[in-house]
Amino acid sequence: MSAPLLAVRGVETFYGNIMALKGVDMDVNEGEIVTLIGANGAGKSTLMMTICGAPQARAGAVTFAGKDITRLPTHEIMRLKIAQSPEGRRIFPRMTVYENLQMGAAVEGGTHFEADLERMFEMFPRLKERIGQRGGTLSGGEQQMLAIARALMSRPRLLLLDEPSLGLAPLVVRQIFEAIRTLNQTEGLTVFLVEQNAYHALKLAHRGYVMVNGRITLSGTGTELLARPEVRAAYLEGGR
Amino acid sequence: MAAPHASDLWEDDDKAPQVTIPPVAPTPREAALLPALKDAVASGIITGLLLLPLVGFRATESGSGPLTLTYRFGLVAVLAAVVAGLRLVLNLTVWHPDRRRAGKSSSPLAIRLRAGVAPLLKPAFFALALAYPFLAILLSGGLSPSRYWVDLGIYILTYVMLGWGLNIVVGLAGLLDLGYVAFYAVGAYTFALLSTSVPLNAFFDAHVAEGFWASWSFWVCLPVAGILAGLWGVILGFPVLRLRGDYLAIVTLAFGEIIRLVLINWVSLTNGGAGISSIPPVTFFGMSFDRDDTGFAAVFGLSFSPMHRMIFLYFIILGLAALTALATIRLRQMPVGRAWEALREDEIACRSLGINTTLTKLTAFATGAMFGGFAGAFFAVRVRFVSPESFTFMESAVILAIVVLGGMGSQMGVAAAAVLLIGGMEMLRNLTFLKSDFLFGSDFDPALYRMLIFGFAMVAVMVWRPRGLVATRMPTIFFKTRRAVSGSLVKEGHG
Repeated sequence: MSAPLLAVRGVETFYGNIMALKGVDMDVNEGEIVTLIGANGAGKSTLMMTICGAPQARAGAVTFAGKDITRLPTHEIMRLKIAQSPEGRRIFPRMTVYENLQMGAAVEGGTHFEADLERMFEMFPRLKERIGQRGGTLSGGEQQMLAIARALMSRPRLLLLDEPSLGLAPLVVRQIFEAIRTLNQTEGLTVFLVEQNAYHALKLAHRGYVMVNGRITLSGTGTELLARPEVRAAYLEGGR
Repeated sequence: MAAPHASDLWEDDDKAPQVTIPPVAPTPREAALLPALKDAVASGIITGLLLLPLVGFRATESGSGPLTLTYRFGLVAVLAAVVAGLRLVLNLTVWHPDRRRAGKSSSPLAIRLRAGVAPLLKPAFFALALAYPFLAILLSGGLSPSRYWVDLGIYILTYVMLGWGLNIVVGLAGLLDLGYVAFYAVGAYTFALLSTSVPLNAFFDAHVAEGFWASWSFWVCLPVAGILAGLWGVILGFPVLRLRGDYLAIVTLAFGEIIRLVLINWVSLTNGGAGISSIPPVTFFGMSFDRDDTGFAAVFGLSFSPMHRMIFLYFIILGLAALTALATIRLRQMPVGRAWEALREDEIACRSLGINTTLTKLTAFATGAMFGGFAGAFFAVRVRFVSPESFTFMESAVILAIVVLGGMGSQMGVAAAAVLLIGGMEMLRNLTFLKSDFLFGSDFDPALYRMLIFGFAMVAVMVWRPRGLVATRMPTIFFKTRRAVSGSLVKEGHG
């Protein structure tokens, strides 16, 4: 099997003196959807931010497509065709939807801008209706769509999604997860998804990792993990 | 019974039980007038009674003699009348009982009117600015009497330009800069030092032409001043890259003070607090505005007037301000300008989109500082004297107030705020009616009240228009139609 697209090896990340990641190993292969689930404060978002280089890992290595990106500044990592939809969406509230999307294409150089824009409108028709509106006036679901569309405008090889379901109604969550699945199936986009919504994330993903207290404790395919009693007990309590 | 489906609820309206809300009987205007009047008179009387001992009697010390009591009942009456009058106006308008609560939404006519006027506003403003010195001459009746007005125009335009320059840093990139005056000072001192430098004078006399430096120094130094100020912008930018908001503001404030203190204390270079004088005056591209035969007036066959130089200075600052505005408009449409705005909105999102935030911040600082430097060089050539006293924190505060009052990021807003602030402050010097006998007496200095009124005006603007005079941000790029949403509808920070 070929080398993974994204490889995280023995990564340790600190916030000051507090060790947030205690030696994490993880792979994301080309064409996969990989999800990382875990409780609040387990270090999920920290791992995602470490991949992006803010904060940088104090030990271990992150490689993307064979290139060591552990010590690169964030903006250079993002130019290697990794795109991120950060936690809490972080769209530009006072800029229009169109301008937001244009900011997403800043790295790509704008050569495919019109075509990509059409692609995004096909995927998220709501954005087309809202094109001239300010980002801050959109609903939560629309903002999430915009955040994902903005990330996709750079034509990434790897899409990092941090809690896309945060604060959204179940119906909207389903819509967004459907979009991720479609992107993966039709365009072969590789997705690394950090989620609290363990059930949906594991159903969507090819493989999953469970993080507890800064360590990966379990890994396996999505269906395997869904069946594991400890996963069910910890993250799916109450059942569905 | 099952709950009706939502659509059923709305579709057959006729069948739905009619709920009638009894209309609130409107109070007729005449009926409202009487209580309003009563209230106003009562407030006036209360004010008068309160002020009678406070303002009505005044003990004045005459030399070493006894205290003498003077009466100022006229003033009390005037103040009471003012309170009563204002109260009546408020009762009939803002506090009026049947004033529609939905007064915020403008009528369609007003919207159409605004849409029709808005595109004309900028050309109109620019045309007015172009015609201003000629209007001043016409209206004041001659070249010499218009001096005050042209000077005021130059003064206001300097602040318009400084406001537009700071607008790049504060309004577009969202970096709160309290030390903008430092770049103004760098520009002014760059020109002052270079133009009065003896070795440079000697060098150009020997190698180019006699008197070259005296007549051309401004035009050579203007870009140099801009570039040097821009460089200082980068120098300030580096240490503060990690800072945001309040912390950034404090460091920039300190930077402004450091520059001023260096200017005071580096006596061997800057001549300290005494400043640099005898800066060569501006020339019409090498042609002096003197009385002699090669001067501007003689060459163009005009009768000599010192006002020629003033009017030329006016057009220089107008050109520089226009340059600032055009550069900002162009930059906003370019990737770097949009990166500035994105940076103001969300720094983390910017980084996650592959934007180099370090470079973006530095370019914002450098560009803003450069225009500050241009304005500084202009200031030095206008006044022909620079000293550290011209570059105090007060200047930074006024420029920042212009940007905030105008609505951050809005060019027209900033221009309007500069006119209002600087022009208004100047106009308030003319409060001579306060000197009349029944008010404060002839020994009263109305200029002292300038700042008080000015402060009230600023508070009022911030209460009624918390996001500045022009709170809408026009998108720089449009998809078919241009739509602007009022800034007040959009939450600041993270969407």
